[in-house]
Amino acid sequence: MFFPISNAHISPIYLVVVGFIIGILGGFFGVGGSFIAGPALRLMGVNWNYAVGTDLAHIVGKSIVAARQHRTLGNVDLKLGLIMAMGTIGGAEAGAQLIQALKRAGNVNTVVSFVAIVVYFGISSFMLWESRKTLQSEKRPSQAGIVKGAASKKDRSAFSPVTRNIQRLKIWPMITLPTSGIRISLWTILLVAFVGGVFSGFLGGGAGYIRMPSMVYVLGVPTHLAVGTDLFEIVISASYGTFTHAIKGNVDILIALVMHTGAVIGAQIGVVATQYFAGPKIRLAFVPLPLIGAAIVIYTLMTGHKL
Amino acid sequence: MKKEAAKNLRTFAIELAVYAVLVTCYFFLVLHLLGEWLYHLETRHRYTYAVVAILLIAGQAVALDAVTTLLFRLLRRRWR
Repeated sequence: MFFPISNAHISPIYLVVVGFIIGILGGFFGVGGSFIAGPALRLMGVNWNYAVGTDLAHIVGKSIVAARQHRTLGNVDLKLGLIMAMGTIGGAEAGAQLIQALKRAGNVNTVVSFVAIVVYFGISSFMLWESRKTLQSEKRPSQAGIVKGAASKKDRSAFSPVTRNIQRLKIWPMITLPTSGIRISLWTILLVAFVGGVFSGFLGGGAGYIRMPSMVYVLGVPTHLAVGTDLFEIVISASYGTFTHAIKGNVDILIALVMHTGAVIGAQIGVVATQYFAGPKIRLAFVPLPLIGAAIVIYTLMTGHKL
Repeated sequence: MKKEAAKNLRTFAIELAVYAVLVTCYFFLVLHLLGEWLYHLETRHRYTYAVVAILLIAGQAVALDAVTTLLFRLLRRRWR
């Protein structure tokens, strides 16, 4: 099939299959899946700028489906999502400015690659440690480790003492989030979203691999709610990203529409699958995702080929 | 439990087959018709193209979500 906007010939079946895989990951983990979609489009000869922009457009559609499904399961905190979207958009702009500054300094690829590797390995290692520790502690009949405010989904985390201390920070204005069952400073939410946004602008994609764990460990949002709310938040921030990329001529919406037909089914499977797993198990299963991202960056560093 | 899982799997397989037919029709009808127009917009009216792109992907998301949910519901009722 010929796509005139990006001037590329790609099999629609390939696009649907890629969309399907990303849809499953998105529905289950609340991530955009740009670390797969970008390289998958590059493999078919789509220019890097189109791969980034088109991926964002596809993320909008996939996240709408997954967020709607999560909402029917009661896994979306709309208030939290809207607040986080503001922080993410601000952070994404800051991340993009950082990239521009590094471009001027002439070492953008090296810095971004090393930061990405450290961040990806850091997240994976931490989540592996935390989820294993939590799963081990769950075998013992104790109430220790239940995250404050996680009553709605009964989530546990070995990191909960730190989370509770963060929730105790009384910096005005304090926000009550009944759906997530937490009361926390607005600035903490904005800071988490801003950091996620900076990584999104700096490393590309939706940065769900940073935001979802941050929502669980820093804000104390139960894992199921973090997944659903992250998806809702991605709808807003990725729409903004799609718009800015589209006016720069980086979006082939026809490719995004075809990919999305597969993602719809994948996202529904992913969402339904979350019902059969407890929070720590979802977090444990999340561990390989940032490692895939790290592997792609290491590959590009070693071979010089940008996937 | 196993019976339920088998029923879900069968429903899903049928849903996938019906969905594949619908999507193939969609490719040839809608995308073929929209292709030229979108290409024209992308080259000459970027702001309009940006808005249309978001509306299209969001509209498709809502429409396909409704179609798959409806299909799944209909098939489940039929197999029950």
